[in-house]
Amino acid sequence: MTVIVQHVSDAISLGALYALLALGIGLIYGIMRLVNFAHGDFIMIGGYTIFLTAEQNVVVTIAATILMMVALALVSERIVFRPLRRASPATLLVGSVALSYFLSNLILVVFLGRPKTMSFGRDLVEHFEFLGVRIPQINFVVIVVTLVLMAGLALFLRKTTIGTNMRAAAEDFVMAQLLGVRANVVIAMAFAVGGFLAAIVTLLYFSQTGSVSPRSGLPLVIIAFVATVVGGLGSLVGAALGGFVVGVISVVLQIILPVDLRPFRDAFVFALVILMLVFRPGGLLIVQAMRERV
Amino acid sequence: MAENRALALLRRVWPVVSLALILLVIAIAIRLTDDIVLEDVYIEALAKLVVVVGLYIFVGNTGVISFGHPAFMAMGAYATAWLTIPPNIKRISLPNIWPALAEAHVAVIPANLLAGLPAAAFAFLVGLGISRLAGIAAGISTFGLLMIVRVVYSNWEDWTLGFSTIMGQPQYLTIWNSFGWGIFAMVVAFAYQESRLGLAARASREDEVAARATGVNIARQRLIAFVLSAYLVGVGGAIYVHFIGTVSIETFYVDMVVITLVMLIVGGINSLAGAVLGTIAITALIEMLRNLEGGFEIGATVIAAPRGTQEIGLAIVMLLILIYRPKGITGGREITWPFAPRRR
Repeated sequence: MTVIVQHVSDAISLGALYALLALGIGLIYGIMRLVNFAHGDFIMIGGYTIFLTAEQNVVVTIAATILMMVALALVSERIVFRPLRRASPATLLVGSVALSYFLSNLILVVFLGRPKTMSFGRDLVEHFEFLGVRIPQINFVVIVVTLVLMAGLALFLRKTTIGTNMRAAAEDFVMAQLLGVRANVVIAMAFAVGGFLAAIVTLLYFSQTGSVSPRSGLPLVIIAFVATVVGGLGSLVGAALGGFVVGVISVVLQIILPVDLRPFRDAFVFALVILMLVFRPGGLLIVQAMRERV
Repeated sequence: MAENRALALLRRVWPVVSLALILLVIAIAIRLTDDIVLEDVYIEALAKLVVVVGLYIFVGNTGVISFGHPAFMAMGAYATAWLTIPPNIKRISLPNIWPALAEAHVAVIPANLLAGLPAAAFAFLVGLGISRLAGIAAGISTFGLLMIVRVVYSNWEDWTLGFSTIMGQPQYLTIWNSFGWGIFAMVVAFAYQESRLGLAARASREDEVAARATGVNIARQRLIAFVLSAYLVGVGGAIYVHFIGTVSIETFYVDMVVITLVMLIVGGINSLAGAVLGTIAITALIEMLRNLEGGFEIGATVIAAPRGTQEIGLAIVMLLILIYRPKGITGGREITWPFAPRRR
């Protein structure tokens, strides 16, 4: 029983983290059809921000990370993605791969390849008693933060003017523009919110792993891709659901796969993704606005 | 009359002949300088050329992006290792592979041609599904392919030594036989794109709905292009390891995805000339950046760019091309016969 509760808390917490990760990508995809391959590198750079501010107060670290990543997202929108706005989704994807390659190599030049360790959030790894079961505190933090952020995002998108504009733009960009939605503002806002979500993922993720290297972004962006595809590109609920499902499945596979097959876990996950794309290209939740019109 | 026919034929195959001439001129120029480093650069470039032309067969003709082709390179690379490493070395380094393969010692050229087959077979199997996809879904699932092949090969210790390197492939490439491989790749790609199949694939790239309306089975055309492309990329991967002399799964990962795509995109995705000229241009650029990293002298001081300049430079070039010249330096056109009046 104890073991099961621990596994369940691991699965839910990993699923919640992946859900946040996928939301960041899904938000921008919905509005400008960009699957941002550089999202993982944003998080990696956030990791270095934590590393650099490790001496400071925790509040300073958190604020610096959020500022850094919102700024990074906005700058890359302005320099790279705005000029490419009219390009096809595939070209945008290639552009974001180039940006990712640029960022990871820039960090490699500055900080060299060896992983940097940090002690941010170390205390949270300690266990505490809950209904007679010992559970790492971080699992609770992740779950609570995710729930709060999702509620906040939902309120933001539904109750504020800019949020409504963003939803309109995701539904039909040209129509929204004709009705007076400012394209630059909406897209910049999507990047800012995406950067903010990425910053939170950064803080939660690196307080668990404790080390960052120029290649830290890659596995994260791969997971986010898988999650958004599984959930359904273009749907925020889908992205969150997809992230959650992927997190839970990877914990479950890790537990149930025979030891011989465990190294092949990722191969199974990707095979599932390809099958999913072939048989249900729209993902779990199909969005009307994403249907191609002729 | 016969002369006319010969001229007409030359004009028809000029796009590939002209590219061959460019490569030949570069080869001769490098031979004349007698610079061993430049010779190696040329051989590596030609090995990459086979891969980029192979990638072009799929991406260029069908317009569907692929991030997964280095997986086919890896399959070709390991296949040629199993075939060409002398049996006495294999008995020590790979004691657990099939006895038939352990005793095999195939000559390099047939081995390289055979090495594309596993990639082609795998591409056929997964292509049955993937050929139904386009755009982002294709990009993500081809990336998935890369991950699957990487995970499987890096854990298939008996055959691949996992993340370690396999040594002992004969390094048989010279400037001339690598030139020959380049010609082989370009002829395959050109023959395909001029054929009925290639035209159908291009039609599906330009306008899916119109192509379907004129009777093109889009999924089938994509599948054919995918398999042919995987075969050539597999052969290219095999040739590439005969240049390096070792095989390691790390060679065929994100860096390889980026560099082959940069070559194709900078040249121009939609033409064979784009694939070839892009490979040449990016090779030249990388050499320049590599020299910068090596350092150069101004007066008495040596200035060296930091390690990583190469990759950063590549990324910037790729972004600039995507933004300012999305069709690449060739604009997606072939090199046409320069001496005849234009047909109306």
